[in-house]
Amino acid sequence: MSIKLPIYLDHAATTPCDPKVVESMMPYFTDMFGNTGSRNHSFGWDSEEAVSKAREQVASLIGADPKEIIFTSGSTESNNLAIKGAANMYAKNPAGSENRGHIISVIHEHKAVLDPCKRLEKEGFDVTLLEPGQDGLVTRKMIEDAIRDDTILVTVMWANNEIGTINEIPQIGELCHDKGIIFHTDATQWVGKMPTNVKKDNVDLLSLSAHKMYGPKGVGALYVRRRRPRVRLIALQEGGGQERGYRSGTLNVTGIVGLGKACEICAQTMDSERERLLKLRNKLESSLESRLDVVQVNGHREKRLAHATNISFGFVEGESLMMALKEIAMSSGSACTSASLEPSYVLKALGVGDDLAHSSLRITMGRWTTEEEVDYAIEKIVEAVNKLRELSPLFDMHNEGIDISKIEWAAH
Amino acid sequence: MAYSEKVIEHYEKPRNVGTFGTQKEIKERQDIGVGLVGAPECGDVMQLQIKVGDDGNIEDAKFKCFGCGSAIASSSLATEWLKGKTLDEGLEIKNTEIVEELSLPPVKIHCSVLAEDAIKSAIADYKEKNTK
Repeated sequence: MSIKLPIYLDHAATTPCDPKVVESMMPYFTDMFGNTGSRNHSFGWDSEEAVSKAREQVASLIGADPKEIIFTSGSTESNNLAIKGAANMYAKNPAGSENRGHIISVIHEHKAVLDPCKRLEKEGFDVTLLEPGQDGLVTRKMIEDAIRDDTILVTVMWANNEIGTINEIPQIGELCHDKGIIFHTDATQWVGKMPTNVKKDNVDLLSLSAHKMYGPKGVGALYVRRRRPRVRLIALQEGGGQERGYRSGTLNVTGIVGLGKACEICAQTMDSERERLLKLRNKLESSLESRLDVVQVNGHREKRLAHATNISFGFVEGESLMMALKEIAMSSGSACTSASLEPSYVLKALGVGDDLAHSSLRITMGRWTTEEEVDYAIEKIVEAVNKLRELSPLFDMHNEGIDISKIEWAAH
Repeated sequence: MAYSEKVIEHYEKPRNVGTFGTQKEIKERQDIGVGLVGAPECGDVMQLQIKVGDDGNIEDAKFKCFGCGSAIASSSLATEWLKGKTLDEGLEIKNTEIVEELSLPPVKIHCSVLAEDAIKSAIADYKEKNTK
């Protein structure tokens, strides 16, 4: 069977829209284009009905009540609204003063969580960023040790976007509920791939995005718990008071319909997909590990998403590796400060690459990834790494038993 | 990033890849000069070796490179240019000539600088081994 190049193995960055999703959206561009705010004609009612259905589909995927879903433009907005909105609502002191409250997050969160936290730090809040160990796992114990009397908010991603590690979310949620602290999770990489129940998993605020689960870009949602506890937020965007006042602005009806459909399809297919992709991932990893030496899988080996892997190859520079693999779309995070490649702050935070010059590939498979494509990727990666090691003076030194970290390099 | 055709050509078919022996062996050989420049944490390490004949000319050159496509191309080109040159002629190779030949973009100029450093360092190593 012939395969079509280039191959897409970067599903953690974004996913293609499922054709069924696109189909569901089409009528809402042209025939049913009404504003959900138009209460006195059928155009508005049709759109309102479509949005209600989507709200149910999203809620159903994560075990929420439809009233608890706020549509946004995506996870970045959801994270901003959750973090800034909750911090300002539950602040111990008014704006302009100091000691407004303590927020706990983690050093390898997405920038869309870290930057709102940094903003809050400038506005009188105190932020602790935890540093997990080499496996990247965030545990209940770590949060417990960091909680103070004035802690008002904990935000921890459900699954990491670079290494796929799955954090102890239900346990951290339970802890936060015991202590009366608001708990937010950025579940962008998690929702649609793993069974989710915000009630049982003790989540107060959850961010999700359509384009990571075969829906359109530019739409997402924030789950806001309404019972035990009833979570309230201060809105960032003001205007027409849509979405219970939490997110003013005319609703993106087509996008929301697409998000709803994407959630429905994920709910039906996630279990079989997870099993299928796990087999492919295992094949990919075991083939690379058996055919190449000095290969390292980054992050927690078991507690991670089934479709994702992050692998480091020793003595190979990242940009030249990507150059050799130009027919395969992957994400590269060189752990070294190459002049051209930005280092991965996530891998750096895990302590990867402190002593070893290497480059890392993040490979994330998806709904249309085939075994043929994975086989092709294995062959190409092995070929490229071998070719570059043939060229690498560092690999020679390694083979001659010379410790690279002991050489006095002239940094330039 | 778009690489020039010449960079891609050198990257795909690098010239004179290799070494004249193990690190230990080449350190002991009088006819070999070695330049090892760059640093792993910077993402570039170049190893350039020259073999000098009885007539004092550069008879052969080999390289190994840990780095991006432009770094590989720069060091590959350097070995090509060094062969047959006298030591003094070798020292005259300028990074700007490498930039021009490979059409390196501004962000890759450091690769050519590194190649020039490697040449100078290899020739200096040879001279040091052979002065008494």
